[in-house]
Amino acid sequence: MAPPDTPPTAPIQLGEDGLTPEDLARPGTLGGIPMPESEPDSTFGQYLTAWAKRIRYGESGILPVVAGLIVLIIIFQVQDSVFLSAGNLTNLLVQGSVFVLLGMAEVWVLILGEIDLSVGYNAGVGAVITAILAGPPHNLPWWVAIMAGTAACATFGALWGVLVIRLRLPSFVVTLAGLLGLEGVVLYLVSTNGTGGTIRITNNVLLDITNGNLSPAAGWIVAVVAIVLFAVLTIARDLRRRRGGLVAPPMAITLVKVAFVAAATVALVLICNTNRGELITLEGVPYVVLIIAGFLVLYTFMLSRTRFGRYLYAIGGNAEAARRGGVSLGWNRLWAFTLTGFTGGAAGIIYASRLGSISNNIDGGTLVLYAVAAAVIGGASLFGGRGKMIYPVLGGLVIATIYNGMGLLGLAASYQYMVTALVLLAAVTIDALARRGRTST
Amino acid sequence: MSLTEERRATGDPGESAQQPLLSLRGIRKNFGAVQALRGVDLDIMPGKIAALVGDNGAGKSTLIKTIAGIWSPSAGELLWEGRPVTIRSPREADNLGIATVYQDLALCDNLDIVQNMFLGHEVLSRRLLDETKMEKKAKETLSDLAVTTVSSVRQLVGSLSGGQRQSVAVARAVMREARLVIMDEPTAALGVSQTAQVLDLIRRLGDRGIAVLLISHNLTDVFSVADSLAVLYLGKLVSSGSISDYDTQKAVEIITTGASGGPASQGRERTLPAD
Ligand SMILES: Nc1ncnc2c1ncn2[C@@H]1O[C@H](COP(=O)(O)OP(=O)(O)OP(=O)(O)O)[C@@H](O)[C@H]1O
Ligand SMILES: [Mg+2]
Repeated sequence: MAPPDTPPTAPIQLGEDGLTPEDLARPGTLGGIPMPESEPDSTFGQYLTAWAKRIRYGESGILPVVAGLIVLIIIFQVQDSVFLSAGNLTNLLVQGSVFVLLGMAEVWVLILGEIDLSVGYNAGVGAVITAILAGPPHNLPWWVAIMAGTAACATFGALWGVLVIRLRLPSFVVTLAGLLGLEGVVLYLVSTNGTGGTIRITNNVLLDITNGNLSPAAGWIVAVVAIVLFAVLTIARDLRRRRGGLVAPPMAITLVKVAFVAAATVALVLICNTNRGELITLEGVPYVVLIIAGFLVLYTFMLSRTRFGRYLYAIGGNAEAARRGGVSLGWNRLWAFTLTGFTGGAAGIIYASRLGSISNNIDGGTLVLYAVAAAVIGGASLFGGRGKMIYPVLGGLVIATIYNGMGLLGLAASYQYMVTALVLLAAVTIDALARRGRTST
Repeated sequence: MSLTEERRATGDPGESAQQPLLSLRGIRKNFGAVQALRGVDLDIMPGKIAALVGDNGAGKSTLIKTIAGIWSPSAGELLWEGRPVTIRSPREADNLGIATVYQDLALCDNLDIVQNMFLGHEVLSRRLLDETKMEKKAKETLSDLAVTTVSSVRQLVGSLSGGQRQSVAVARAVMREARLVIMDEPTAALGVSQTAQVLDLIRRLGDRGIAVLLISHNLTDVFSVADSLAVLYLGKLVSSGSISDYDTQKAVEIITTGASGGPASQGRERTLPAD
């Protein structure tokens, strides 16, 4: 597209004021600051420098939450050596799965700078509808019940979306109304279909979501396939970039990343495959772990590789810029709200599976606060434009760790709430401090 | 005003035979009782940098918004390469080859340079984002424009300096193969050296055969890059001509009083007829 007669003008130097032209002209510098990524064959050390720069800019990513998780684990292990037992860790994963999935639901709208306060009771609605349809007298197949339950939740999510988009109502208020309204729906459905304020889950597949396990061998097969796929895709991506003459992370970094993911996966399977039963053998990766991993991969893919995902970030970052670029604000936001509802419904089904029933005292208000907390502790921003699906996974694990660890120590719920509050505050404080560095860089 | 007269007023003497890229004819815009534009005629020549100046509230932003498809004029006609066109949305302006660099730039701070440059026009392969292709094209465009110091195109736009952000916005317009780039006060927020960089970039657009409509309050900037000058005063084009027909003092007088009828060479009789 460049006309051949582009004149040989001097390059513009967009450096900081006050630097000499020689400073600016030096290759690989930005106003005198070394820019490691500019060299196609950047080395390990340069890559680390670039990474450090991103962290200083406030893009610390998952570092703080991973560090926090490790600290919590050490504290609880020191206090009670049962904490790191295979049985307890597996239990923790299952406990955390509801927070994680609710957090993932919330991330869809958080990226837009919106919020869905109704997601806790929406989860309840999904659980109740699924439980009713899969139980007597309907006895529909489990998958029909799940589809109906999640579809209802997606519809509610879409309804909030329409109200927010068409009537320009704040999502906080719309979904606050949703929270109250859906609590009513849950109470109504339970009182008309349940006995004694409870609907029992009798379908074995639904119960197995959180109570069933892959066989140890199947767990290993899944793990190996996942690791190989991850390694192949990551390395192929780097090779493709190098072939295109673009900067790719040094091979060492890629290998470290792959090794880290492989080690985490192997550790997970090792823990889960340890016999945790007392009278009977109880071993294997719980199905719910696989389900969460599936959601994580699918949603991460949607956010990072599709145009839809890119538009959500753009709308959350600067909606007017997205609109001027030709992005349809309405449709993309509507889909995000719908996905929040759908994912919330899935979380509700997992919640009911773990309890073996769904009752009228489900606390959707607390659940949604945990959902938002999971996303924010992980690193998502309430102001929009920033959030990844790995964040609620890590944040949800933090919450589950506190919940589980304090339970082991026999501390009352009052302490759990207070500690979770402190962790949440710590998370946003770290984030705010990291961001303050922005203006100075 | 006759067509010939308008040509003489805006184009270089040697190029009077060349067809304008965009011609505005009698453009009016009313906001209720407010007449923001009261019949504007303006020709924009290919590969030339046309400066549009005027006091606050003169109607400059209103004029470019009618060209950019933000709103349609109440009356008047737009001719694109001689053909009458209507521009009803930013998309339609984009399809014609008109790109606007807004004063607020309209960039997403949370996205990187490549993502911003392709926002709304992503390259897909097998329905997925083709990051490799987009990154290569973005790098090519930036280096065509000789923007060399933005060395990592994967930097978040929020971490860039004002001049760099301006360059990204301009590069985005150029990459869309725009033939007319409209810039609303591109140097208003910039320091001395960054202003120089952006002015350099504007000149380079002209060299590449891209027409530029530059809106600015800074006459020093205008005189250093523009080929022609047009002055809006209370919604009317009171003076236009080759930049060499003006000096700063004269331009200031026309901008503030609307009094002078045009370039010195053309005398006072060129004062536009009243409504
Ligand atoms: N959306 C609108 N509704 C009503 N009046 C408007 C609107 N936009 C502009 N105007 C009026 O039109 C006139 C021209 O405004 P415009 O923004 O085009 O001026 P400008 O030349 O860009 O000024 P500045 O140099 O301050 O940017 C002003 O009197 C303004 O009040
Ligand atoms: Mg203006």
